[in-house]
Amino acid sequence: MNELVSTSNLWRDALRRLKANRLALAGAIFVFVLILLALLTPFIAPYEYDFQNRGLSSSGPSLNHWLGTDYLGRDLLTRMLYGSRISLLVGFVATFVALIIGVSWGTVAGYLGGRVDSLMMRIVDALYGIPFIILIILLMVVFGRNLVLMFLAIGAVEWLTMARIVRAQVTSLRRTEFVLAAQAMGVSSISIMTRHLFPNTLGPVIVYATLTVPQVMLLEAFLSFLGLGVQAPMSSWGLLIRDGAVSMEESWWLLVFPATVFSITLFSLNFLGDGLRDALDPRSN
Amino acid sequence: MVGLIFNRLLVAIPVLLAVITITFLMIHSAPGGPFDYDRVVSSEVMQQLNQKYNLDAPLYEQYFDYLSNLLRGDLGPSFRYPGRTVNEMIFSGLPITFELALYSIAFAILLGICFGSMAALKRNTWLDYLPMTISMAGICIPSIVLGPLLSLVFGIWLGWLPVSGWIDGIPESKILPVITLGTAYAAYCARLSRGGMLEVLGQDYIRTARAKGLSEFRVVVFHALRGGLIPVVSFLGPAIAGLLAGSFVVETIFNIPGLGRFYVQAAFNRDYTMILGTTIFFSFLIIIFNLLADIVGAAMDPRVREDNSK
Repeated sequence: MNELVSTSNLWRDALRRLKANRLALAGAIFVFVLILLALLTPFIAPYEYDFQNRGLSSSGPSLNHWLGTDYLGRDLLTRMLYGSRISLLVGFVATFVALIIGVSWGTVAGYLGGRVDSLMMRIVDALYGIPFIILIILLMVVFGRNLVLMFLAIGAVEWLTMARIVRAQVTSLRRTEFVLAAQAMGVSSISIMTRHLFPNTLGPVIVYATLTVPQVMLLEAFLSFLGLGVQAPMSSWGLLIRDGAVSMEESWWLLVFPATVFSITLFSLNFLGDGLRDALDPRSN
Repeated sequence: MVGLIFNRLLVAIPVLLAVITITFLMIHSAPGGPFDYDRVVSSEVMQQLNQKYNLDAPLYEQYFDYLSNLLRGDLGPSFRYPGRTVNEMIFSGLPITFELALYSIAFAILLGICFGSMAALKRNTWLDYLPMTISMAGICIPSIVLGPLLSLVFGIWLGWLPVSGWIDGIPESKILPVITLGTAYAAYCARLSRGGMLEVLGQDYIRTARAKGLSEFRVVVFHALRGGLIPVVSFLGPAIAGLLAGSFVVETIFNIPGLGRFYVQAAFNRDYTMILGTTIFFSFLIIIFNLLADIVGAAMDPRVREDNSK
């Protein structure tokens, strides 16, 4: 029972500290609004994402098209809204995949310890040395530009640091009284890991997951920018920035608006992650 | 020290072998053969092509053939550019990519260490806050945003610098690509050297050096930097790996005929031997650089030298 009370205090304290951090709070609000806009896109987008206004191609910002149109006369605001859906979806789903792999790997390694642990962490060390962006490009080439595959591939790459963080946390908890008590009561290893150890790793896991989302979004944008990710007429921020870079000489707005929103999003997520770290683990700073 | 190098090699070799095997299997499980051109090719021609490139042999035989060629440094012929080998294509792009990476890392280290040390020495003044805020921006803004924006502003609007290209006689053409590739690493270097310097500056041997009456310049440059830069050195391995991967994007943005753009083109053309060769080559480079960074880091830091278990 004591455990429960102190836990809820930890979260309340963390929330208080987070609220005091202006940058992190601004980041959180921006991300929240962005998610809301992405969810509501089908209802609020002014046009269809592939609607082409033939009479108004490559026109600058105007009353009908707030952020201008591209060379096919498609509304940039609409395409950015739809693009945010893909970019955020990749960001969150791939992070979730990374989270599941990393947390399980780290918990098992940390809890079992000994040889299993050192073997598992050796594998993680070894995988750090592999140039994954190249392998992901390869994967997209070999198996086609498949969105689900991209989620899985990016997630399968980004779990390494998560595994290290969780493993360090679990290793330090493995010999604490509440784990020993659970062992003495005959609780199975699996439920010790899931019910007792996992909840205690949540703080660092949440922090690192928040910091993983921008990395994943960046990877997706890289791929789409190279032409190996999301394909037109679908839209993602990486793809829009690519289109913008191609036609920036005639239509600067096609580059400037998506690039700005993408950068602000990355900023916000990073500030939020940093703020969460300070809030959840005041000692680390 | 020797133990550390041996230890790392022991890990690096299986990793490289695993990368080769995975890449090889992935390429060979790809739907469609390498000769699926748009026009229809008669079956005899197909057979001859397959025979010429030894594609009829069982997979394991092809694999071991490839490995033994690889050991001799031969990455095979390109499937898409008849008469050219993967080796030729890699070595025509490599110097440019190396030059780009070298300038970028030099830019990153110089800028990063200067600003990082300055921030540490002037802690909690605006000379600390300003560079650290800028470095936060440098870390967050990705090259796909920075590159096109820089060439929009400096190339098109102001007309000061060329929009794209990498021309040997024209050093201005190299400025924007180097800044685009180097900025994020400069920002990391600044943060790392600030952290490292702050830790070192508080230590006894710095106080001793000051007490001996050494000039502030000597204390900082000869005593503090040596310890303070260890985090930067150990970051160099991953940084070089990141630079090589980042060169894909930067070479694509600025239309630079380096290895990264070759790779992306090979990926589009489905030039399988080229993809395979470049992937292996890149992995090899990255593993080597990581190894070198570890060794240099160990040579600089007595604590790592002793601790071989890491």
